Amino acid sequence: MYEFLRDLDRRVIFSLMALAVAVPILLQFTPPEKATPIVRDAFETIEALDEGDRVYMAFDFDPASAGELQPMATAFVRHACEKKLKIYFTALWPVGPQFIKNAERDVISRDFPDMVYGEDFVDLGFKTGNEGVIKLVSNDLRTQYPQDARGTPIDDIPMMESVASIRDFDVIMNVSAGYPGTKEWVQYAVASAPDDVKLVAGCTGVQAPLLYPYYPQQLSGLLAAIKGAAEYESLLLGKYGRENEPGIYQEGLRRMAPQLSGHILMVGLIFVGNLVYFMARKRGEA
Amino acid sequence: MLKRTIPMLLAMAAGIVMILAYFFPWLTPLQDQTTVWFNILAAVAFILGGGNLLKVHLKKVSDRREGWAYSMITLAAFVGVLVIGLFKLGVNPLDDFPAQRMAGDFRAEGSGFWYVYEYVFAPLTATIFSMLAFYVASAAFRAFRAKNFEAILLLSTAFVILLGRTAAGVFLTDFLPEEGMLANFRLENLTVWIMNNPVTAGNRAIMIGIALGTASVSLKILLGVDRSYLGGGD
Amino acid sequence: MTHAARRGNATFGVLLVLIGVAIAILNAVALRPGAGTQWTQRTEHVHTLEDGTEVRWTEHEAVSVKEGREMAAADQDAAPLLSRTLGLWGAAILTLCIFSFLLGDNPLYKAAEAIVVGASAAYWMVIGFWETMVPNLIAGLFPEWTRSNFMPRLSEDASVDFLLLIPLALSVLLLLRLAPKIGWISRWPTAFIIGVFCGLRFISSLEADFLSQIGPTIKPLIVIGENGFDLESSFSNIVLVLGTLACLVYFFFSVEHKGAIGKVARSGIWMLMITFGAAFGYTVMGRIALLAGRFEFLFDDWLWLIDPKDAHPAQAFLQTIAPMLM
Repeated sequence: MYEFLRDLDRRVIFSLMALAVAVPILLQFTPPEKATPIVRDAFETIEALDEGDRVYMAFDFDPASAGELQPMATAFVRHACEKKLKIYFTALWPVGPQFIKNAERDVISRDFPDMVYGEDFVDLGFKTGNEGVIKLVSNDLRTQYPQDARGTPIDDIPMMESVASIRDFDVIMNVSAGYPGTKEWVQYAVASAPDDVKLVAGCTGVQAPLLYPYYPQQLSGLLAAIKGAAEYESLLLGKYGRENEPGIYQEGLRRMAPQLSGHILMVGLIFVGNLVYFMARKRGEA
Repeated sequence: MLKRTIPMLLAMAAGIVMILAYFFPWLTPLQDQTTVWFNILAAVAFILGGGNLLKVHLKKVSDRREGWAYSMITLAAFVGVLVIGLFKLGVNPLDDFPAQRMAGDFRAEGSGFWYVYEYVFAPLTATIFSMLAFYVASAAFRAFRAKNFEAILLLSTAFVILLGRTAAGVFLTDFLPEEGMLANFRLENLTVWIMNNPVTAGNRAIMIGIALGTASVSLKILLGVDRSYLGGGD
Repeated sequence: MTHAARRGNATFGVLLVLIGVAIAILNAVALRPGAGTQWTQRTEHVHTLEDGTEVRWTEHEAVSVKEGREMAAADQDAAPLLSRTLGLWGAAILTLCIFSFLLGDNPLYKAAEAIVVGASAAYWMVIGFWETMVPNLIAGLFPEWTRSNFMPRLSEDASVDFLLLIPLALSVLLLLRLAPKIGWISRWPTAFIIGVFCGLRFISSLEADFLSQIGPTIKPLIVIGENGFDLESSFSNIVLVLGTLACLVYFFFSVEHKGAIGKVARSGIWMLMITFGAAFGYTVMGRIALLAGRFEFLFDDWLWLIDPKDAHPAQAFLQTIAPMLM
């Protein structure tokens, strides 16, 4: 037994991981979720807004992290739509605009067909410059975005009227996969006017612990990794759930099933790995 | 002079404008202007990146170095995507300007560039990053050893987080009451406490350390003490 | 590893892809007919230009298979689209090619990797050009030309912004880095970029990551609530405040970590270990979520084994046998 475990081929571990993730997906069960305070704070920040308030929706991620972040992006957009907020989409990652288009297609035109482009939502698209873009929109948004992503000068877009800088938005909703992302939004946008600018964010697991020191002063709420997404979805479901809830609004909740078995496998692997280690020590091999 | 002094002065001037504008608001327009240029140059960096890749792989192919056939594939993918994107292949015109084909949205659903994103770029990059799940599992089995007290602390925190952030945590400590002092030890509550207190403390200290480091490095560069960014040579 | 063993691994990797594709074809032909098909709704656009020529194109909008079939039954213009179906199969095969690396390095993986490298570099270049260079630089310098070629919605009375000649010049200098002889001139724009970057970072890191972190760390160590002494909050605050200080002491290398300082520094290490443990936990969480995302793509979009988005015919046998298994 000891030799078997000691010389375990890593492909066996790979297969175990594949099974741990695949089987729950195929069985399609969804464990229950209860929101933690940090997610509830994010949700309540949006809930506190009034119809017609402006949210700056920054999609700073790419397909490589979509497994974690797509559910958050969908949930954020849905929440803003349910609350009838005005949505201003932007992206600091080159691939971000593709997710803006997905949100338009899968959420807005499907479930909120009354929303009008240019009046209820606008796509400002991607700009190069990372934190340079955040810095500039904090002072002068119109210079950074002379046109929207469709080439319309922003002076011709009704909902851009009287928008001069980031201070004119009620909340920044950021979905972040790394640099540039939530950290830079805190450093440049929130820091430029801590009393005027509110930020809620959804981020990857890797970033999450690094962002905790900003909460709750500089960051009003945070969806940390897929668990944060699932909690937010459960809150949305509780408040705005409808009959035959579309599957895209439960992506995070669904993903908690493979998460459960994957985590248990990880704990098991570390445990068995240590068992082997202590057995080896006892035998004087380590 | 041209190779060291001027670039150094340029860096100092640009950086000092950014800093002074914070203290003297009437410099803000100048700061904004500088940022506009910075952001445009960032786009050029993308083009430079492509140019560099082209250079490296063309060299590899022309030298017939090992794996040059894969360099050919890289080059073909590069040129293909570039042509599709820059010439807006497969892009429909805008409805109100049907005569201007080049005015269409190059990212729109159904365009050549959209195909590249949807069926090549997205699946490939997403899968590459998802592979880390396998490697992290293998590493956890082989490398995570409870050798001393510090390692035990690390491992037990990892356990609490891994279990407490799923339904397993709720299930395992379901015997504890939901209210009162003992409720703090329910795994899902313990996780929240760990994140809000020790983890915040640790990360805050790291954050402060990095902030001071960043500030001092920036200052060194702007004052011309650190010139390593100019590279070697004359 | 011996050469033969490596070749053996390569064979396993290639086999994984081949077997996967074979199963998928069998599945799409016999078990779940049409699995992986992509449907679109079509809209014809016909415009007659001023000179009398006709411009026409078909717009395709993705619809789920279910919606598509309903639309087709109602005589709406929806049908499967071959190019997108092939695209989806290509995407799935590329996904398997990457996964095949787990069983050993092999030509299929290497080819897929080569495609990623080339395609992403070009992808970013195209985006940088169309989304920043054109609207923020070229449109400002040549408004009329840009309007008549690329951005017809641009205002007709836009004037030339001569200040943009500066970033144009810097851009050209930066691109000269690719020229061997005069590459050094790219130091000018590089220095400008670094200068701006340092200026931005200097203020922001001090403001957001230093000054703003001090306030929330100064908390009462003994909390008196409505019902008197609050043990839980007091303990939390003590951990937060003393923990932060202890870690900072550990980072403070100018003093030797001996005696009392050494003890504090050691408790700082403990706090950091807890931090890293949490970071590890969250990293694992992230990685598994990404893998689940890819598996869902293969099982749902490609193989139709599951149907969480209510998109295609529900023939998921696992769904029906799951309750029996449980």
